[in-house]
This record gives sequence, structure tokens and C-alpha cells, in this order.
Amino acid sequence: MAPEASLPLLLGLAWLLPLASFTIIVLFGPKLGKAGIMASYVATGAIIGSFLLSMTAFGIWHIGKLGIRAETAAHAVEGHATDGHDNALAATPGNMHTADEGDHGDAAHGGSGHGDAAPGEHHGTPTSLPKSFTKDWYSLAQFGPLKLSISYYIDSLTILMFSMVTLIASLIHFYAFGYMHDELHPIEDHEVVLSDGHHLHRPGRFYRFFQYLSLFCFSMLGLVIAGNILMVFVFWELVGICSYFLIGFYIERKSASNAANKAFIVNRVGDFGMIIGLMALWGSLGTFAFGDIKNEHGKVERGIFSSVRPPERIIDPSIPQTVTLTGGAVYTGQITAETAESIVIKPVDGEAKTILLSDISSRTVPAGADGGVPATVHEPYALRVPDGMVKSAAMNLITGPDQIEPTPTQVETWRNEKYGYWLLVIAGLGIFCGCIGKSAQFPLHVWLPDAMEGPTPVSALVHSATMVAAGVYLAGRFFPVFTGEVLLIIAYVGAITLFMAATIAITAVDIKRVLAYSTVSQLGYMMLGIGLGGWAAGLFHLVTHAFFKSLLFMCSGSVIHATHTNDMRRMGGLRHKMPWTAYTMLVGVLAIYGAAIPFVVGFSGHYSKDSIIAQALSFWDLNPRHGAILAGLAIAGSGITAFYMFRMWFMTFAGKPRDHHVYEHVHESPPVMYIPLVVLSVFAFAAGFNYSWQPLSVPSLIEQARYPGAAATAPLLDRVIIPEEFVSHEWQFHSQAEIIVWFVALGGLALAVAFYGLQLLNADEAKKQFAPFYKVLWNKYYFDELYAAIFVKPVMFVAKLIANFDRWFIDGIIHRLAAGAKQIAVLDDAIDRYFVDGLVNLVAAWTWSIGNSLRRLQTGSLRQYVMLIVIGTVALTLLVRWSVAAGN
Amino acid sequence: MQLLTQTVGVSHFLVVGAVLFIAGVVCMAVKRNALGVLMGIELVLNGANINFVAFGSKFLRSDSAYALGLDGQLISLFVIVLAAAEAAVALAITLNFYNNHSTVDVDRADELKG
Repeated sequence: MAPEASLPLLLGLAWLLPLASFTIIVLFGPKLGKAGIMASYVATGAIIGSFLLSMTAFGIWHIGKLGIRAETAAHAVEGHATDGHDNALAATPGNMHTADEGDHGDAAHGGSGHGDAAPGEHHGTPTSLPKSFTKDWYSLAQFGPLKLSISYYIDSLTILMFSMVTLIASLIHFYAFGYMHDELHPIEDHEVVLSDGHHLHRPGRFYRFFQYLSLFCFSMLGLVIAGNILMVFVFWELVGICSYFLIGFYIERKSASNAANKAFIVNRVGDFGMIIGLMALWGSLGTFAFGDIKNEHGKVERGIFSSVRPPERIIDPSIPQTVTLTGGAVYTGQITAETAESIVIKPVDGEAKTILLSDISSRTVPAGADGGVPATVHEPYALRVPDGMVKSAAMNLITGPDQIEPTPTQVETWRNEKYGYWLLVIAGLGIFCGCIGKSAQFPLHVWLPDAMEGPTPVSALVHSATMVAAGVYLAGRFFPVFTGEVLLIIAYVGAITLFMAATIAITAVDIKRVLAYSTVSQLGYMMLGIGLGGWAAGLFHLVTHAFFKSLLFMCSGSVIHATHTNDMRRMGGLRHKMPWTAYTMLVGVLAIYGAAIPFVVGFSGHYSKDSIIAQALSFWDLNPRHGAILAGLAIAGSGITAFYMFRMWFMTFAGKPRDHHVYEHVHESPPVMYIPLVVLSVFAFAAGFNYSWQPLSVPSLIEQARYPGAAATAPLLDRVIIPEEFVSHEWQFHSQAEIIVWFVALGGLALAVAFYGLQLLNADEAKKQFAPFYKVLWNKYYFDELYAAIFVKPVMFVAKLIANFDRWFIDGIIHRLAAGAKQIAVLDDAIDRYFVDGLVNLVAAWTWSIGNSLRRLQTGSLRQYVMLIVIGTVALTLLVRWSVAAGN
Repeated sequence: MQLLTQTVGVSHFLVVGAVLFIAGVVCMAVKRNALGVLMGIELVLNGANINFVAFGSKFLRSDSAYALGLDGQLISLFVIVLAAAEAAVALAITLNFYNNHSTVDVDRADELKG
């Protein structure tokens, strides 16, 4: 089966399996075995099935690439040779079939002078296997050209995310089987005190947990496979609601239900921005699709990516061109019309001439002012404001009674006048707003630490592979659409987030909260990487972080499972009792720390974090001011990360037990819990490797999904230059990054050892010394208080005002109306009772009395009747006779 | 007394019918025996029958040139059938009345008074 058929099938099945599991559990949950224990088998089976399908897809993708590499090894030289020909235009400008994208990619790649350390790329980009597969599965609705559909967009990033999500989710399912074991029995929840003073007793909810996990995996996979931004939004919200269910799993606890509400509401704020972005895109481009999709008429409909970064070279129609025919004839002039087969060229002094494209050997445009290509020529895949946005923005310039379609020259003029550019910025910012909410970036980071109220397997899932990954994934997916200004904002948001969250993590004493803030901080790194143009670096960190953070969370869950407390002050020395947990967690800590022998080998975090820092340094090189702040925060963050992670490990596992009561009850977790830890620690160690002998690596896979084309520019901020990512792979930046981060992180480690490992310095002393700082950090920079003061309190105040207005004014009117209605009803009742009923009764009484008086006529005597008949007849006869006679 | 001198026409039949009718009515009014009353009824009906027959007779009507002249006879046949049916029902009622009250005196049959 060809990859374009098999990949959607495999990934589609992998996506739908958890939905099937969810459906089964939601219908038959409590009946599945004793206390619903079979639900976990169903859910785990489904996610393992998804994992196997994803791995098959992974294999097919990889084999496809390998086969093509061998075929096209000879091709590569040829491709590079033609790249030098800068002004030569492709003979067929309208070439935009997905199957040819690889070709363009190769040209762009080689042409930009890509020579660097990432070995995966040296093999040459394959030519015939497309970069991405995208197609509609099912069309939901169509309004003229606007179409809503369920579609897929599969590239190597999709496959990588599928593999990563399903692998981690499978391990978490296993782990949850052990962790949630208590829920198989009726639960007495000691954290909930009822009004009668007793603790809450409730039945176990084992099956429900797995039901939500399945739905969560389905939503996340749907988000990853989605082929259009609307579908992303739908699954985005599904992920949100799943996290709401799971964070609020212990719904009876006030803190859990509050945390669930907070997560949901804070995400709504971000999603509002996302809806604005969606409207900006849909309203102006008329499509939600990412890639180009061939419709049922065989016509290719442009997706968002190729609208914003068109794969062809586009020339301003007003610029004169020189056309050379194969016969040798040369024409110079303006192209006045262009179709798929021919062009019409009008020389300065002559008649317009129609030329078939097949006759043309080359086309050139004259050089610009600086000797290069004129600015109005758009290189392939360069970011430009799409025609739709230009037209939307220049709506008031389109004159005439019928709003005549503007000519390409007009559109080009408006584009050069920056019409529509703000729309593109707003679209990008709107989408990023959604990412801020979902990935817990400053200023919407407040929900994530509270989300620790959920069971720990959920925290592991939410914080590594699903919920928060969704935001970074979308930012990565949308990277081609972001303009330089948006990227700079992303970078600042990321940098602020990473530094702020890292500092808060220093003072946290709840083991899960340390990890939560660490997640926020690492997400900041990813956003920073993406914002600085380090698209692959950011996504690379997303993948490595998913492995080591899920490992860290599951280890912390194992600790909590054993100690029944989250408070690190009551732990200590646990490594003697739970070695598996302690040493797998150490692997996780080393991975996030980025431990390495520089330039030789290191944990996964070392590679991904260094590539982000290298990108920051390369950005610094071009933008001294912004770069100093952003790179400075990123480097400082790596030291703080080292400090707080080792602080956590030392406080939990090293030293002497601080609470003997807790220590005595500690036991190692069952194998079903620690075996996933071991598996994950292997990945946490090795996921970052990228050696030339290696057949496949995460960075090379991500690199295959890179959208070709130059880095975005920021015309509104003329001092900001977004560097190309390959620059950061140069030895200068790469080696600097490795050395700086190595030393800074070592400094953090040394401090942690001094404070918590060897107790050379007293942490409490330091706390007193830096009391003001400590207080600010302990209170998480007062963000919750700030939001309470500026959002919650005013809202509550207004709500109270409105409630009073409602209670006294509106309810008052309604009560008056009700009283009036009651009075009218009393009157009505009286009228009905005495007048209407009286009339009816009167008639009835009359009828009765008449009947009563007439009844005496009925004597029953037959002869009397006959007499009466006779008398009556005679009387009638006489009467008639008399009246006839009188009439005459 | 012109009737006596005229040739037999409709009027003569009508006189006979009227006599029968009056006799029947008087019989119904004065008889206390239920059977007598029934006889009165028969007389009334047959008085009416004579009128029908007279009006329908081919020889006594002026439109006999184009009328078949059987309509009166038909109606009277209906009346005879009706009278027979009525007599059967009335005799059954009378017999039942006799069984209950050991008499056929209609003055005793006043149970239907209001």
C-alpha cells in the first residue's frame, strides 16, 4: 500500500481507537469486571493499539524516506547546480501539487547554504515522497467557497507526535493501573469533611478515570492529526474539557473543583484570542485547511500555509521581464496576462504577443536598486500577505458600484503599502493567544500549578504529552504563518515565563508544584525557541521534555503513593526505601538539567536546551538589545532549573528522613508502576541523540517537516531580524551555547549541593537573608492575588450589584406584577362564579320549573290523549279554515 | 243533498272514508277495552285507505290519460301492511298488559303519567 493511503489509515485508526475505548467504558463502565477493573484493560489495550499503529506509520514513513534517498542520491548534485541560477524562473510557475513540494524544499534548502552539524539533513531531502499528506476525510458543511471538514495533515511532525503521545500515554495507562488501585474499593476521602463532621464516603471511580484518559488521548491525537485549524480548535476544546474532568477527578474536594474551574476558565481567555485569529484567517482567506487539498473537481484549493507562503515565485506584474524562447528570440516588456499555458507580453514599443510557456527557455527580471532581486519579487515560500487579506484590508479602496475584482497590479500595490499586514499579525497573535492559555504561558500560567489537584498520572499526561504540548505544537504548526513581530512577542512571552516560573519553583515545597513550575518554565523555553526562529529547537525540546517530564511526574507520583503527602519537608532519605523511583527520577533530573560531557554525549535535555540557547545566541548576534534580554533570561533559567531540580531530588531522596512517621510506612511501588519509569528513563536519556551513524533521530524527523522558505521578517520593527535556524548550528554559536549552559547549570547544581546535598549552607538562613525575595517567590509573584484584585473582585462587585438589581428591582417588578395578576384573578373568579355561573344556573332553573309544571299534562290516560288529538285536529282545521277565509 | 243525485265520484268515496274515520276515532275515544281501541285504529287507517284508493283510481281522476293510476293503491297497500304490523305489536303489548294486570282496561294503564 502506498504511504499516501496507508499513513492516513494507520494514524486515523490510532486516533479513533481511544474513542472506541471511551465509548465502551462510558456505556458499560461499572459492569466491566469487578468495580470496573476491566475498563483499564480496555483503555490500555486501545492506547497500546494506537501506539503500535503509530509505530507502523513511523516505520512506513522511514522506509519511504530511505528508499527515496537511495534513488535520489545522484539527483542532489543536479539540484544544487540549478540553484545558482537566481533569476531563472521555473518554467511552470503554477506548480503547486503537494507531490512536488519536496522538490521546492530541496531547492530552498540547498540554495540557502545549509552546512551545519545536524547530520540527518546531509542525506539530502527526498524528492518524490511528499513532505506532507493532506486530504479531507469528511466534509461537514460548505458555504460557497468556505468549507468545514474533517481532514488530516500528516507530515513527519505528526508521526513523531503520534509516536511520542501514544508511547507516553501507554506507559501512563500502565502506571495508572497501579496508582489508581485504591479506586477499585469504596473510598473514604480524608480531605473532604462533610457538614456532619464525617469524612466523605464514596464508591471507587476506577473505570471513570480510564474513561477520561481515553477521551484525553483521542482529543490529543485528533488535535495532532487535524488537517485544518477549525478541527484543531474543536479538539483543542476537547483537550480542555478532558483536563477539566481529570483535574477535577476528586470533585468533592473544594480545591480540586476550584482548580478544574480555574484551568477551564483561564483557557477560555486564551481561546477567545484564538477565535479572533480564526475569524481573521477564515474571513480573509476563506479556508481553514493547512495544506493544499485537491477538491472533487480536481482543482487544488490553497491552504493557509501556501496562501501565506506561496510555493511559486511571484513577480509583480508591473515589472518588465525578459523572455527568451527556445528558438532564440528575446522579448522584453510587461506581462499583461498569464495563464497555465501561455503568457501575454507587451514590449515597450510594440504589439502585445502571446507566447506558449512550453516555448520559453528562460525568464528574467531586471535587477533591483541594490543589484539584487527587486523587492516586489517574492521568492518561493517567502512570507507574504495573502491576496485575500490584502483585499479584506483594502475593502474601502475597491470602488465602483459592483465592487469590481481588483487587478493583480492593484493588489500588489496595496500589498506594498502594507495593507493586510496587520490582519496577518492579528491572525498570528490570536492563534498564539490560544497557545498561551493551553501551554500555560505568562500571563495565563496560573492554572497549571493548581492543576496538580488531579491524580498524578493525569499530571504526567497533562504536563508532558497532551494538554500543554498542544499549545507548543500549534505554535510550531503555525510557525510559517507567524510574522516577525508575532515571533518576537512569542519569544518575550516565553522568556518571561521561563524565568518567572523557574524562580517560583525555587521556593515551592510541594513536590508536584516544583514540577508544575518546572513544566511552565520548560514550556517557556520551547516558546522562546520558536519565537526566536528556532522552530526545530522548540519542537525538539517539546519531545525530549515530554519524556523526562512524564518520567519526573510519575516518579513524584510514586513518592506520593508511598508517603501519602506532597510536602517535601516531610520526606528525605527515601532513596534507601524506594531505589527504583529514586534513581529513575535522578535520570529525569539529569535530563532536565541537561547533564552532559560537552561535545561528547549527554542526556536528551542537553541537546534540546542547547539548541534553543544556540538559537538565542544567534539571535543575540543580530539583535543586540532584544537578544541580550532574551538570551540572558534563557541562560539564567538553565542555572535556576539545575538548582531547583536538584533541590527537589535532595530534599526527597537524600539526607536523613525528616518525618519518621512517614518514613516508616514508605515502600517501593509495585512493578506495574516502576517498570514504566525505567522505560521512560531510557527515553529521557536517549531521545536527544543525533549522530551521523544513527538511522533516525528526533531532530532529523522534525527537520523533515520544516516548511521551506526564509525566516519571517518584521517590517513593523525594522531593527529586529529573525535569524535562520541553520545559522545556530554553526560551531561558533553551538559551542558557545554548550559551554555557557554547562557552566551555568553546574553553578546551579553546586548551589543545590551546597544547600541541600551536603548542608554546607543553611537554606533557612538564606531564606531569612533574602526575606523580601523569598516572600515574593513564595507567593508566586502575587499573580493570583493580582488577578483576584483586578479581575475577580471587580467581577464579583459588578455581579453583586447586578444580583441586587435583579433581586430588588427586577424581582420587585415581577412580584408586583404577580400580586396584580392575583387581584385580577380574584375579580375574575367572582365574575365567573356569580355572573357567568349565575346565568347558566338561572336558565337551568327555569328549564326545570317549566318541565315540572308541564309534567302534569302527561296523565297516562290513553283515551284522554285521543280526545286531545281529536280536539287539536279539529281546532287546527278550524283555525286554518278561518285564517284562509280571513285571508281571502 | 246533491251527492245523492250525482254519479259516483270522489266525493262519495270521501264521505264513506270520513264516516269510517270518525267512527274509528270515536271508537278509540270511548272504548275502555284495549281491543276496542285497536279496532278503532283499524277503522281510522282504513278510512284513510279509502281516500287513497279513491284519489288514485283511474276512473276518478282527470289526469288518467297519462297517469298509470296505481299510486293511491300502492300507498294503501303500505298502510295495510303497516296496520298489520302495528296490530301485531299492539296485541303483544296488550297480552303482556293482561298478564300483569289481569285486565285490558286502558284506563288502568296510566303508569306512564308524568
